[in-house]
Amino acid sequence: MNGKIVVIDYGMGNIRSVAKALEKLGAVVVVSNKTSELNSADGLLLPGVGAFYQAMVNLNDLGLTPVIRNLMSDGKPLLGICLGMQLLLSSSEEGDPIGGLDIIKGKVVKFELSKIMPNTKIPHMGWNAVKQKPGSKFWQGIPDGTFYYFAHSFYTKPDDKTMVAGTTEYGMEYASVLNYGNVYGTQFHPEKSGPLGLRLLQNYVELVENVSRK
Amino acid sequence: MLAKRIIPCLDVKNGRVVKGINFLNLRDAGDPVEIAAGYSDAGADEVVFLDITATLEGRKTMIDVVNRTAEKVFIPLTVGGGISTVEDMTAMLHAGADKVSINTAAVKNPELITRGSDKFGAQCIVIAIDAKRYVVNGKNTWRVHINAGKTPTELDVIEWAQRVEKLGSGEILLTSMDCDGTKDGYDLELTAKVSDTVNIPVIASGGAGTLEHLYDALVKGKADAVLAASIFHYGEFTVKQTKDYLRDKKVVVRT
Repeated sequence: MNGKIVVIDYGMGNIRSVAKALEKLGAVVVVSNKTSELNSADGLLLPGVGAFYQAMVNLNDLGLTPVIRNLMSDGKPLLGICLGMQLLLSSSEEGDPIGGLDIIKGKVVKFELSKIMPNTKIPHMGWNAVKQKPGSKFWQGIPDGTFYYFAHSFYTKPDDKTMVAGTTEYGMEYASVLNYGNVYGTQFHPEKSGPLGLRLLQNYVELVENVSRK
Repeated sequence: MLAKRIIPCLDVKNGRVVKGINFLNLRDAGDPVEIAAGYSDAGADEVVFLDITATLEGRKTMIDVVNRTAEKVFIPLTVGGGISTVEDMTAMLHAGADKVSINTAAVKNPELITRGSDKFGAQCIVIAIDAKRYVVNGKNTWRVHINAGKTPTELDVIEWAQRVEKLGSGEILLTSMDCDGTKDGYDLELTAKVSDTVNIPVIASGGAGTLEHLYDALVKGKADAVLAASIFHYGEFTVKQTKDYLRDKKVVVRT
């Protein structure tokens, strides 16, 4: 029996691609914003393209913020992608102030690269290498330094550096993958990163299955 | 380090690719989905669909094409051609496109850039600029053309590029009308000028005939990505050959 992964549909961006990628990997995929569906999931996927403020407003309006927080403290796996990872933090410099999901303590800040490296383009857009923190099953079968597809102007700064599972260089080194318990986040889009992106999603699907079996 | 991107572009009319593709061993060489999947397997970093259909019926077909592509192709997809409202953007992005490219509609209604950017994020909004060279007082200047290049405007390309960045565009797809189709190389002066002026990525387009042309656009033209159609479609070079060539010349590309 394959695990059921609920892709949280809160009106922010490209949900179809990630749902199709998970289906291709054999997961049972449900796209939903209903509390009952989230509660019955074996794992969650929080996608997201767009702005932090609007995303949190949508999650709050749907009543999902406390639901996700509770499921996380119960140890349910979650993978946040791009903005979906940024929402896991406490707050962001993007747009009007609003609290994040606050599952990973820390904040989301804007690239200020003109001071470090002139002519650096923002958004950070395209394929860049991810340096892995060794020892995580999340990276199983994936060579260190694999290129993934990024498209973002803000990045995460978790207070606890042990939660950084991968880093990327763009004018400076920043946290591009986070992991805290069963919660994972990638700043890049694995669903848009070719075969090794799908491999990373497969690792998440397997992790969900392992957790649900326990 | 951020890799330079190699982007094949497909012209799509009524849901079919109009230029010949005969080297990917596809079952259906006219199906954009098959071709995009072939390019993805070959190591392309993104794919662009340019819808050259003029009819409403054709547009609906394009949404179906994007829908099917999202089920099979797991690299970024940009769709351009005929997108003139936020609703058009929504339809394409919901079908599974990652970015939309806007040209004429952005010139006629610059506010559209901001509205799209506010709603979907700057990284979704690519502004396509068709640039034509004019020599004024012995100096090169470039003017923006619209309606598939047929209509000149008063807009200076450099000023327009700066403006679209301010309005919320996340990327510029810059086509030299003078070089397009010549296979004599990209307009390096234009590309470098735009790339130096803006702080968003610039995709160079128009004129690719050899691998050295791609190298020049990325290094001398300072482009972040190169778009090419015929050199890939007719099998003159594969994406892999292109990347091997660039890697040998110390350009960072995705393996």
